[in-house]
Amino acid sequence: MDDSAAMRITPPSPDPRVGLGAGLFDAEEAIWNLNKLSSTPPPEAFVGVTNSDLAFKGQYALQGNYNGVMIWDISDPSAPELVTEYVCPASQSDVSVYGDLLFVSGEGTGGRLDCGTQGVQERASADRLRGIRIFNIADIRNPQYVSNVQTCRGSHTHSVLKDPNDDENVYVYVSGSAPVRPEEELPGCSGASPDEDPNSALFRIEVIKVPLANPAAAAIVSSPRIFDNLVAPPQHGASPADAAALEAARARGAFIVEFGGQETALPDRFAAQMLAGFMAERGGGDPAAADSAAFREALPEIIRQRFGAPREEGENAGPAPGPTQCHDITLYPELGLAGGACEGYGLLLDIRDPENPKRMDAVADSNFSYWHSATFSNDGTKVLFTDEWGGGGQPKCRAQDPKEWGANAIFTIGDEGMEFKSYYKLPVPQTSLENCVAHNGSMIPIPGREVMVQSWYQGGISVFDWTDPMNAVEIAFHDRGPVDPNQMGNAGSWSVYWYNGVMVSSEIGRGLDIFELTPSAAISANEIAAAKTVKLEYLNAQGQPRFTWPASFALAGAYLDQLERSNGLSGSRIMAIRSSLGQAESASTAARKRMLLSLATEVSTDAVRASDRGKTSVLAQAISMLAAEM
Amino acid sequence: MYRILSIGLAACFLAGCAGSNATSSQADTQADTEALEALYWARLDSAKQSFTEADVAFMTGMIGHHAQALIMARMAPDQAASTQVRTLAARIINAQNDEIASMQRWLRDRDQPVPEVHIDGTKLMLHGAGDHSMMPGMLSAEQLDELAASSGPEFDRLFLTYMIQHHQGAVSMVDDLFDKDGAGQDEAAFKLSSDIHVDQITEIARMRRMLDSLFLTTQDR
Repeated sequence: MDDSAAMRITPPSPDPRVGLGAGLFDAEEAIWNLNKLSSTPPPEAFVGVTNSDLAFKGQYALQGNYNGVMIWDISDPSAPELVTEYVCPASQSDVSVYGDLLFVSGEGTGGRLDCGTQGVQERASADRLRGIRIFNIADIRNPQYVSNVQTCRGSHTHSVLKDPNDDENVYVYVSGSAPVRPEEELPGCSGASPDEDPNSALFRIEVIKVPLANPAAAAIVSSPRIFDNLVAPPQHGASPADAAALEAARARGAFIVEFGGQETALPDRFAAQMLAGFMAERGGGDPAAADSAAFREALPEIIRQRFGAPREEGENAGPAPGPTQCHDITLYPELGLAGGACEGYGLLLDIRDPENPKRMDAVADSNFSYWHSATFSNDGTKVLFTDEWGGGGQPKCRAQDPKEWGANAIFTIGDEGMEFKSYYKLPVPQTSLENCVAHNGSMIPIPGREVMVQSWYQGGISVFDWTDPMNAVEIAFHDRGPVDPNQMGNAGSWSVYWYNGVMVSSEIGRGLDIFELTPSAAISANEIAAAKTVKLEYLNAQGQPRFTWPASFALAGAYLDQLERSNGLSGSRIMAIRSSLGQAESASTAARKRMLLSLATEVSTDAVRASDRGKTSVLAQAISMLAAEM
Repeated sequence: MYRILSIGLAACFLAGCAGSNATSSQADTQADTEALEALYWARLDSAKQSFTEADVAFMTGMIGHHAQALIMARMAPDQAASTQVRTLAARIINAQNDEIASMQRWLRDRDQPVPEVHIDGTKLMLHGAGDHSMMPGMLSAEQLDELAASSGPEFDRLFLTYMIQHHQGAVSMVDDLFDKDGAGQDEAAFKLSSDIHVDQITEIARMRRMLDSLFLTTQDR
């Protein structure tokens, strides 16, 4: 069923995100269907330096910063407590955790092996760190520097893979998008093209193997060339306006040629020149109808002869290259899948052999500039890719910026691979003072739906439902005015993730924001309560855990609310089931079990007649699961 | 970067370190926030002192380099480019306009001369920058005229060919920047230059694929 279309959502009008006053810690704010629990500024050692990505372990949020790492105790989300400030500069300082280990990305040229703050001036230096730093955080207040692994392009981001079949190692997939460092600094690094140098650091990713018993022995174990033999990707079809123009041209008798896989009308001036040339070959004179028809027929061959070998010899020769790197690789180990966002492509990877990820499918999109990150639906049948057009440092959400650019693209994953469905972009214009584009986020474990929270830099955070891949709908947001009233500053939400009941956002300039969902027409109290029953021991930005929901009244209530919202079951049955659930919840344990078993049977019967049989059956299962718990 | 730390310590002395006093009153909290905000802007100012001449030369040159891409891309709608080339051109205009603004802001923030871009047809006038015609990848006047005189499919082929050449020049300018001591230590310069590097490499790959697919029908592929 189409949940999102059935939602009767009335977004606030006029949109309160338009016209917010500027400020650092006192900017005007707009909020809808969220409650902000806290905003905590960075400590002095980190303020004024870019806050980056987040990871979570137990009650702690680990926040990267270009000056190092901060660790917050978020047991009380309305008052996070800073427990650790670890100064160790490097951009981007993206963080991940596994067990007692903390991994930190270093890419910028100023990062030092000794964590010094003085930078590195020389173009090649033995002091420079570009790669992965590894710390032990068994004592969360005293991280111990264990080791580092240097890589040729440094680490812009990374992904930590815990293979379900390997308890002795974890693997780190390194994505680095900056230029290759000189060989004098790190032997073996080559920025030449692979046909000139088979050991080129381009066109590959690095896989680091980290033995858990001896993480100091972490080292690069493979450099898979997952981009080899990428064929020309599918292009988007013509826009409705272009299609209309083509039909109009066809109607007036223009010459149509196939061009780059799309039909296009030859411009009149150009067609006239070609027709004149054609007539000259036929002995000159004005073209008659028969000449025109012959020209039309000969046109594809004429065009092919004239333009058939578009590649010139010289610097444009050689095989058409694929991406040289990925930006992010989102790992979903329970499904053995990863989503690689790699320059001009979105890739689907098989990661069941962690050292040798294999490409399963690749998509491209003529509206996508720079594939940045991927998020799977919980069941792995859909994937959402982001386009970080402009690199996050540009204001790409202005009214004049196309809604298909710098957006999310939603794909279904089927036997034939990935299939494009629709775009979702922050549905409110931002000013030219605000850097804004699709950025990091995570799924919110609302059972039976795809709901995601996402950062849009100074566009704020947006919560949206993409259960219907054709029609993503915003259902909550938070936004601030620009950080600087006079020129575009660097601020906004770098990333926001749902973790154990709250949404934690890393604000580039302003610190740490924590939000909770509030019930609305789009998300019920039961759905929020069910989401809060999903408990994670840790979470990494580029690791996607599979959500499972323990039996609870909230879970049954959530499915029932969804059936009500979509008219998937008759109103009278919904009322009756809700009443029975309420009675069972307040009954004694023995009576409760009996009541739930009986209700589960009733609902199974309802499923036969329900307009949404699937969801009604899921509700019946949730109720029998609950009965079994008693 | 030593400067940054000393500013941090100074603010700590003046205002008391934020969070160091658990019983601070609301007035103290207000004062702490103000001190933290002062430190924020001071540190941003301080970060603008760490650039090199190579960074300045890069920004100044790249403004002129980008400006020529604007001249080329602006031709697409009037010269009957295909849908896909018009889309590409529109994105190049949007992206490189914004990047020019960023590079101008970077220079202005550091009290450096800011080149102003004026475009009249295929003529580029840069005020406040030296000779830009010798930068890698720049089209010659003849190449620009050839592009301006073409239309339809011929424009597409020339546009892609010349824009690949132009982008390759920009990529090598970033490579040259990173080959110099001290360059890219400035965070904003590192981000701007590495974003340009990766965006243009991505776009070169896209344009090569477009060039390859021109006029090839589906069954030929």
